[in-house]
Parts: sequence; C-alpha cells; structure tokens
Amino acid sequence: MERPLTGNMKPDRQPLTLKEYEEVGGYQAVHKALRMAPPDIVDAVKNSNLRGRGGAGFPTGIKWSFMPMGSDVPRPKYLICNADEMEPGTFKDRLLLEGNPHQLLEGMIVSAYALNVDIAYIFLRWEYRLAAERIERAIAEAYENYYLGKNILRSDYSLELRLHVSAGRYICGEETALLNALEGKRAIPRAKPPHPQVSGLWGKPTIVNNTETLCNIPHIITKGVEWYKGLSHTKDGGTKIYGMSGKVKRPGAWELPMGTSMKELLEVHAGGMKEGYQFRGILPGGASTDFLVEEHLDVPMDYDSVQKAGSRMGTGQMIVLDHKTCPVGMALNLERFFARESCGLCTPCREGLPWIAMILQAIEEGEGQPGDVEILEQQCRLLGPGNTFCALAPGAVEPLQSALKYFREDFERGISGRRNARGKRAHDNSWRRFTLTTNPTK
Amino acid sequence: MATIYIDNKPYEVKDGQNLLQACLFLGFNIPYFCWHPAMHSVGACRQCAVKQFRDEKDTRGKIVMSCMTPAADGARISIDDPEVKEFRASVIEWLMLNHPHDCPVCDEGGECHLQDMTVMTGHSYRRTRFRKRTHRNQCLGPFLNHEMNRCIQCYRCVRFYCDYAGGRDLNVFGSHHHVYFGRYEDGILENEFSGNLVEVCPTGVFTDKTLKKHYTRKWDLQTAPSVCVHCGLGCNTIPGERYGKLRRILNRYNGEVNGYFLCDRGRFGYEFVNSKERIREPLIRNKDNGALEPASEERVLGHLSNILYFGAKVIGIGSPRASLEANFALRTLVGPERFFPGISEKEHQLTSAAIEILRKGPARTPSLRDVALSDAVFILGEDVINTAPLLGLALRQSVRQKPMEMVKRLNIPLWDDAAAREVIQHEKGPLFIAATHGTKLDEIAARTYNGSPDDLARLGFAVAHALDPSAPAVPDIGEDLIPLAQSIADSLKSAGSPLIISGMSTGSEAVLHAAATIVWALCRDNGNAALSFVMNECNSIGLGLMSGGSMNGAFDLNKAFDLVEEGKVDAAIVLENDLYRREDREKAERFFERCKHVIVIDHLFNNTAAKAEVVLPAGTFAESDGTLVNNEGRAQRFYQAFVPEGGIQESWRWLRDAMTASRRPVQWQSLDHVLSAMANEMPVFRTVAEIAPPAGFRIAGQKIPRQPHRYSGRTSIHANISVHEQKPPDDSDSALSFSMEGYEGMPPAPFITRFWSPGWNSVQAVNKFHCEVGGPLHGADPGKRLMEPTVSGEISYFQKVPQAFEPRKDELLMVPLHHIFGSEELSVLSPAIAERTPKPYLAISREDAGRLQVDQESELEIVISGRTYRLRGIINPSLPRGVAGLPVLAGLEGITLPAWGRVGRKA
Repeated sequence: MERPLTGNMKPDRQPLTLKEYEEVGGYQAVHKALRMAPPDIVDAVKNSNLRGRGGAGFPTGIKWSFMPMGSDVPRPKYLICNADEMEPGTFKDRLLLEGNPHQLLEGMIVSAYALNVDIAYIFLRWEYRLAAERIERAIAEAYENYYLGKNILRSDYSLELRLHVSAGRYICGEETALLNALEGKRAIPRAKPPHPQVSGLWGKPTIVNNTETLCNIPHIITKGVEWYKGLSHTKDGGTKIYGMSGKVKRPGAWELPMGTSMKELLEVHAGGMKEGYQFRGILPGGASTDFLVEEHLDVPMDYDSVQKAGSRMGTGQMIVLDHKTCPVGMALNLERFFARESCGLCTPCREGLPWIAMILQAIEEGEGQPGDVEILEQQCRLLGPGNTFCALAPGAVEPLQSALKYFREDFERGISGRRNARGKRAHDNSWRRFTLTTNPTK
Repeated sequence: MATIYIDNKPYEVKDGQNLLQACLFLGFNIPYFCWHPAMHSVGACRQCAVKQFRDEKDTRGKIVMSCMTPAADGARISIDDPEVKEFRASVIEWLMLNHPHDCPVCDEGGECHLQDMTVMTGHSYRRTRFRKRTHRNQCLGPFLNHEMNRCIQCYRCVRFYCDYAGGRDLNVFGSHHHVYFGRYEDGILENEFSGNLVEVCPTGVFTDKTLKKHYTRKWDLQTAPSVCVHCGLGCNTIPGERYGKLRRILNRYNGEVNGYFLCDRGRFGYEFVNSKERIREPLIRNKDNGALEPASEERVLGHLSNILYFGAKVIGIGSPRASLEANFALRTLVGPERFFPGISEKEHQLTSAAIEILRKGPARTPSLRDVALSDAVFILGEDVINTAPLLGLALRQSVRQKPMEMVKRLNIPLWDDAAAREVIQHEKGPLFIAATHGTKLDEIAARTYNGSPDDLARLGFAVAHALDPSAPAVPDIGEDLIPLAQSIADSLKSAGSPLIISGMSTGSEAVLHAAATIVWALCRDNGNAALSFVMNECNSIGLGLMSGGSMNGAFDLNKAFDLVEEGKVDAAIVLENDLYRREDREKAERFFERCKHVIVIDHLFNNTAAKAEVVLPAGTFAESDGTLVNNEGRAQRFYQAFVPEGGIQESWRWLRDAMTASRRPVQWQSLDHVLSAMANEMPVFRTVAEIAPPAGFRIAGQKIPRQPHRYSGRTSIHANISVHEQKPPDDSDSALSFSMEGYEGMPPAPFITRFWSPGWNSVQAVNKFHCEVGGPLHGADPGKRLMEPTVSGEISYFQKVPQAFEPRKDELLMVPLHHIFGSEELSVLSPAIAERTPKPYLAISREDAGRLQVDQESELEIVISGRTYRLRGIINPSLPRGVAGLPVLAGLEGITLPAWGRVGRKA
C-alpha cells in the first residue's frame, strides 16, 4: 500500500531536511512543473479528482480554474496554505507540517507556478509552535537552494513564500476570515460572492487550499494522474489521512486509500473499542459533522458516501462516542466550543449558539425544562446553511441535531426532575455561572 | 429596469439594486438592521431574510438575505413564506435574549428601530430563562450617551464612524456574544459627525446626551422642517420642542444637501435657543440711569415712531445670519441705498467676488450630493471640516469614486459594502489640499501644500496655467511648485467631474480668483467642472444677492460707520448682528458713540445689544419662518417649530410694526406677503416663494400638524394656568398648524415635520419618504437654486497673480484657524458645544518658534492693529514660516484677518 504523503516520514518524527527530502525524490515536481505549461498542471489536478481536504471537499482543480489568468489581471496574486487546523479532534495537518514541511513547500511552489501566483503564505495555527519552527527552517532552506525567491531554479518564475502564525481563533480557518486575519483585520468571514479568486487577500486574486490538499500536488505531478487515481478505492483521487479518537484501543492518524470504510478504520487501524466500552456513535469528519451510528460503519469514507449516509466526511478525523459517555455532555462540550469561537458577526451564530449551550448545560445538570429539546431542535434547523453568514454555525449544530435524532432519550432524561446519563442528579445552578470568557471591558 | 416577482406578483425595479432596497422602496416592509441606505449592505444581522425561488416550478425555495441578493431580472421571492417569517422572528428572539426588556422606561422607546422591527416580525414571548450578558458603559463626552446593554451588534456604528466618517476612536472589541462597541477607554468621541450615531444606531446604545438633559419622547415633541444656521451649507433639520424649550435636532433628509447626516455642531448647537442670554422682552434704555428696562410693545413702538419719524435719516444694518425676509424688511424700511449688509469690508468684497464668479462664470456650483460624486478635488484655502463640516463628509465619500471603478470592473455590486471596501483597500481618488495650515482631511489627500494666502493663490494660478497656457503665468514660481501644480492639473483634467473648493477662510480675494481661473480653464473641455465656495454664515449668499452681489463694495459696514461719523445718520437699526464680531472694536465703539439712536433686533444679548437704545426680541430659527440661501445658492425655507413665550416675534414682524409706527405702513399680514413683495422688488428672489406651497395650502381641507398624532397632554399642558384647554396658536405664515390635528398622510416634501410611517416610528421611516436610496424626496427635494452659471460667452481669466509671500523680520502674518466647535457665534452658547471649544491660543510654525525662542504652551504677547492679546503658544509644524494661526474663538473676535502682528514672549 503506497503512502505518498507520509511514507517518507522518519520514525523518530524528526522532519526531513531539504537534502533528505531530495534524496527520496523530493522537489522533483518543481523541476518537472517548471518545464510544463501552467494550464497543463491545472488540468492534471483537475483530472486527478483531488478534492479539498479542509472539510468541504470541493474539487481542487475546479477551484483553481476560477483563478483569473493572463497579463491584465490584478497583481499580486496570492496562494495561501490554510494550516489553521483547529477543528476539535483533528490533527492530520499537524502530522504533515511537523513531519515533512518540505513536502508542503513543494506543493505550494508547484501550485503557485500553476496559478501564476506572486506571493504565498502559510497561515498556521498559533498553537503549532513546533510546526512553526520546522516550517521556518524549511523555508530558509528552500530559499537557499533556489526553490523560492527570484527566478526559481533559474526559470522566469519567482515566488515569495512566508509563514504567518495566526493570532489564534477557530474562525480563522474559514478561508475568508483567514484572509481578514492575514490582513490584520478582525477575523470575520466575508460574504461570497465575490470569491477569493476574484477579490481575496487585499482585494487581489487569491487561492486558499488546505495543507493536506497542497501536500498531494507534488505526487500528482511526479507520478501522474492515473497512478494518483489508482491509490483510491473510490472515484475521489488519492490517499487520505484518517484519524480517530475516543475510547478506542489505538487512537491515531493513518494515511490510507480514499474510501476506506469506517469499520476497517475502527477495527483494524484503531484496534477496536477499549475493553469495557461499547461503540455508540461516531462523528466521521471532525466536531462539526453529524453523528453516524453502528448501521453506518460499512460506509466508505469518501465525500459522497458519507454525505449519502447523512453526515459529512469533513476532515476525515473521527471521534467515537462510547456507551459510558453522555451524549448531552459531549454535545455541550462541542457547542460551548463553537459558541466561544463564533466571531460575533451574524446574529444566529452569535446569539443562537450560546443559547444552545446554556440549554444543554441545564439539561446536563438535570435542570432542563419541558420544551427545551424542542427549542434545541428548532435552533438546529434555524442555524442551518444559508441562514448564517458562514458555515460555522451550520457545522456547529450538525453533531447536536444528529445527537437529538439518535440519542434523544439522553436529552429527555435531563429535563427537570430526571437524572442525567451519568445517573447523578445535579442540584447546583451552575448554568447560571455560564460565561464563555470574561468580557475584557468588564 | 428589471422585473422581480414578489409573492408571485411582478414589479418593475431599477437595475443594480439589492432585493431589500428594491422591496423597501416598492413599499414592502422587510425588517432590517445592519443595512443603511448610505452605508449599504454587509449581511451581518440576517434580519432581512426572504425566500428566493429558482423559477416558477421551485416550491421549496431557499432563505436568502435580501440585502445581499441582487434584484436581478426574473428574481422570484416571497416575503410572506411561513418558514422565512419564522426565521425573521427568530432573529429578533436571538437579539432579545440579551436586550433589556424595559421599553416603557427606555429613552429610545417610541422611536426605536429595534422596537419597530420586533413588532413587525411578530416575536412577542420570551422563551429563555437564562441570565443576560451585560456590559460596562463608557463616558463619551458631552454629546452622546452610551448604553451598551441595549446593543444588538448590527455593526452600523463602527461602519458609519470609521468607514464613512473616517473616525478612529470607536471600534468593535471582543468576539462571540461579548462583542463591544466603544472606545478603547472612556473619553470624548473625537469625530465631528459622532452625533449621527444617535440616528444610525437602531436602538438606544448611542443617544443624544443633550436631549437626555431635558428629555421628551419623540411623540411629545412639536416639530417643524428647519434649516441649520451654524454654517453656510444649509443642512435640513428637524428641531423638536416641548414646554417652550427646544429639546433636540434631528436630521431632515434632503437628497441634494445633507442626505442622511448632520455634523455635531449642527446637531448639538441648538441650545442657544434656550440660553439665559436670550432677549425675551422689548427693552428701552432708561435715560436717567442708563439701564435697559423692559417695556410694553406699545411703548416700544411709540418710542420707535419718535425715532423713525418721517424724514429721519435711518440706516439699516442687515445680517448674514438673519433670513432673507428679515433683511428684506429692513431694506424696505430704510430704503435700498441706506441698507448695509452688516459685514466687514473684506467679507463683503469676498462675498461679492464669489457671487460674481458663480453667476458670471461658466462653472456650476455643486450640491453636496454632487460633491460626493466628484472624482478629483482640489481644495484651495479651506479647512472644510471646521468651516463646512458636512462638505468634508461629502469629500470623504468623493475620494471613493475613482477606486469604485475597480469594484465595477470586478462586477461586484456597489451596494456590497464590505466587498467594495476590500477591493478598494486604501486606494483613494485624487484629493489635493492647499491651505494655510494642515487640515484634518489631509489624511485622505493625495498631496497637500501649506502656504500663506498669497502663495496659495500662486499655486492656484500655476495649476490654471498648467491647464491652459493662456491663463496668467506665475512669475518667479518656485521649482517645487511646478511639478505639484502639474500633477494637480493632470488629475483634474483627466477626471470626469472635477471640483474646486475655496472660500472665505483665507480672507484673500486672490485665492478666490485663482480657484475661479482653475475651474474656468477646466470648463473649456469639461462642462462638469464645478466650483464650490465655503461661505461664512447661513445666509451669506442670500445677503450678498440682496445687496446686489456686485464688486463695487459700496455697501459694507465701514460705509455705514463713515456715514455715522459724518453725522449723516439719525438712527441705525441693527438686525441680528453683533457688530463687535464684524469690525475692530474701536470702530464699533465709535459707532455707538456717534450714532444718536441705535435699535437692535436680535435674539441673544450680545455686546451690540448691550449698547442699544432699543432692543427688540427676535425669534430664532426655531421660533420664526424664513428663507436662507446656502453656499450653493439654494434658497431653503425654515418653519417655526414653536411659539415662544414673552414678546418675541419674527424680526420681519418687528420691522413691519416699526414701519407702521413710523407711518410707512406695509400690508404684510403673513410671510407670503413679504415673499411676494420681495419677488416684485428683486427679480433674483422671484422663485423664493415657490420653495414651498403658500400658507393657504391645504390637503383635504387640512393643515399639516406639527404635533404627532400621539402627542400627549394636549388638554393639560397649560392646566397650571387655566384648566380650560387653550385654542392652539394660529399660524398665518404657513400651511403647518401648532396642533396634532390635520392631514395625517404624507405631506409635500417642504412640509415634512417628522419621519414617521405606520409601523416605522424611528428615523428609519425616512425610507418611506423617498423613492430610491439617496434619491429625492417624494415630489422633489425642497429648495430652489437662485444662481446658475453663464454658459455662453468668452471666459476672461483673472490676471492679477500676487507676489510670493515674504516673511517679515519682526512680524508674523496672522491667518484665521477655524474650529467646528467654537468659531460659530450661536452654537458656542450651547453647553455641550462650549465644553468642546478650545481655549484661545496662537499657533506658530516651528521655525518661528525657534527664532522667537518659544516653547509649546509658553505665554505669548501678540499685538495686532494696536491691541495686545495674551495667548498661549502652540507650535503647529504645518504652518509656513512667517505665518501664524489665530483661532476664531470668543475673545479674539473683531480682528480682520489676515493681518500682520507682532509676537513676543510675555515680559
């Protein structure tokens, strides 16, 4: 089984130096790409069926084809690597950033060349300090070896690439909020249209791609489209880094063919449930996806199949719910996170999510009231796609709406006078103390 | 035009709009918060949701935000779809999770957009039991009250304050449901347009602090259409009164003039009307003890008949802050040859020059709407933020015109505000500022230049010469000025609607001539080239037109003084004018010594009134009707908001009574009679009567009420005097009534007493009064232009280019520095404005400070035309060497600037 993304990583988790990377075939894609016409690279990516690994699964080649090309387009054009990996339960990009930063740089250089980009940024999550160090070192090495800067490898093509470490909020991972953050503005999303390809960073044409997406690019170029498509079990090309956390025997992340089933992931790669724990449900693609349950375990993990099953593949990083963990508490934990990470721009997200979190907390404390579950259901519907400014709130209510569907009795148990899932009854009014953070002006 | 389908009915709408504005202006009610007609869409509040359908067959549809969706041809939407109605009600429910439930005792209640929208969506029952989030409020200075708990995070305040008005000290802090709008710490909001937050905020976060000090509900205010008197722009306002006290000023939309906004001087300067310094009774000087004593109207008129006997040599001194009607009445009383406009020789000269340039030249003078649409601007010698603030606000929009072309090229709708600003970034269209000192608008200017008035004129002529070599060349022009002049000329030439702004500030006729020469040179190729002059006062142009607008200079205040000096005057009538502000103190003193009888008609007790023999109490703008002509030459009518107590009446009525008493009777029963007499006498004012329908105008047999239909206490408001309800006062001057009874529908635009529409109690009701965003009011925007350029004929440029400025060895050239708060005569009497007024100072350049060994804040002794002033020195690095800035503030009035003065450290 080929593992192009992670196969070359060292067992001791030290990053590959530029030299080591070149020895295992690294940067060949840059040499090859510079001899290709940029539209041919875009076509190759289009044909490879590579879909964006950030969560939405939008075909990368199609996204690229919206980039205005030619001599009369506004300059500079930008390419941005979205490395603001902050989805709860997700750590696949970290693996790539820490283990082999040169692979990302190579992917970015090839992509930037294909898109005729002048300046590229890596927008990195604030907490990824080790990755930041390693990327910095890799960028310096790449500049020294003429993979970056003026006239890359004596070609006509020049590219500046910089690392930007985010000030740190979940919303910065939303591509337009990322652009605002990178500009030094409040990290609030922008309305689309106009799409970043038309008016992105500083109002100039911009492509934002996820780390894992960009890491795929060199392999498509060096080894070809057919080889790449062959890696996958399904029509989406390539491999995928899947991850799993929860009460499983071996939580972790593994590069596997696209379309590996959840069952295989759980039983083979994660080693099955821990002793004494039973499988109850799973968030297949990170915290902002719908729960799936036992009956769905045979679903292949690719974008369309998971969608058909009623959830989203998202980042492919799964969180397993066991029978001893209260789904109300899990939902509360997630909704509190999303409520805190709301940027505060649009009303439904800013006000709706804290309300949801407060109700969940009351239910968790056994202080829920009749009608609470119905309010939660209504809120999940009202915070759906299109009603809010960006995808944060619709994603945030996905685990809740499906939890209400599959584990409704756990919620109803928390309505006044009844006991919660852990069997204890809370007497305190801790929901009254519910605050997300302290108001700086208070 | 595009056809859109709303709940399956087709409607024609203008192209390029979004669904929200299209629906609103079709008359539909869609609730909204973050959208604002001047600031457009950002899609933040999600309140204006509608359902959009792909085509006729689509029955499911999807929820879209109408403010962010183009009203494209064929668009099908539903406003009444149950799902979207539920969503809109939920948006209110979310906002109400944290909004205080105290409408009955909230000072925004009754004119709260949030309240209106809540009712509109139908949300009424609270389902949450959790604690509300709270905020700490800030002290933001004398104008605005801050109550953050009411905030619904629509982001309009920061969008207005920072994006639209260029403010920097208000912003949004925090995130998620702890978003905070305020300053980084307590302190005065610095921006000159901060008061608009009162109207921009959809609820009561920012409220009028001056109103709060004498609070009255909107529905209890008696209001009338009015015009601001605090600068020459003539912004339209709505003053509101209760219990004989003026309570506040709100904006009155006029698409051509102020649009949706006012400046803080205009909004908060009104309190002079309530001042203790008001003259409320006629006064006659007691010959024995020399004191001014109250007298009955009969006695005063009897006294006047003695002074103004037939054959007495009477002169009249008019005023640029009095209405056309008042000035005309005075002119009628004394005769045209004895009527003096009451401004200094220099001001008269400049006003006459300005009027002549605008009427005889080919360049049009633009409305403020046109200013905002200019794509290249050159300001020559004005500090507009301080002398004509709203012009500055319009210029802040004008610099976006050119960059907006990028937005158009990318097919981004112009109403998509966030996207448009993203594309524009910090790009600005060409704005060039040449002034004696650095001005606030410099921050948005492409290039700036500071020089003495003569040097400004020389730069202006150099620009004109670069545009047209047949314009006079500037002798001995410095090498540095040539490229600057060329780049200004290039930008103006390549612009579609170039604009030159100049005005009275520099006190230099050469500057006006230079400005005229530039625009005339532009006019050869571009008929859109415009010229705007900033005038000193609210009726400067009106008075200038009345005194002939000619350059002969025969009629300035000095001439009046000369006549008095020569003993050719028996009596002088001074109309709403403080002569001590106009001319040197000595001259004014001499005038009062030499003139036998001085009659003063004014509303405030000032130095001039203190010297008069007879003082007649005049109504302010809020207590009288009249017409003012703004800097554009637009005549605008203001109407009485309330009937004052005491002996106060309109100046023109006092003058009419004086004429009757002195056996020169006129048959003036109402304002209409004055207007028709004025039209007969002076053709230039022919159209002034047409600004608004006459007093006899009725709709369905009814007058238009000044009081809202919800006005409370009508029967008891005078119960302390009599329990019988009094008959409302008559208004023979207008079609407005001092009553809550009358026509309830939409009045003609000149008679809009308030913006209200069923379901729309807040100022947002303005959208029901005009037909498109930023467009004219129904009917037409009120006001009539009295000046149009002469299009045909040869242009002959001004030829006289002044010599380059030579700094003097032992003197500095004092130029005036205007302050938005402090430089205007009336507004400084408002406590809130007084609090913002700086203390007198002298600004000197860094070089001169070094030469004179003066530090920041050191005490200086200044000698100007023989008088000595002690002032603190302020170093202003923008001032050129040899030039000092003297602020136009109380204590420094009556100095004709520019003037040479000696400056030294205090001994």
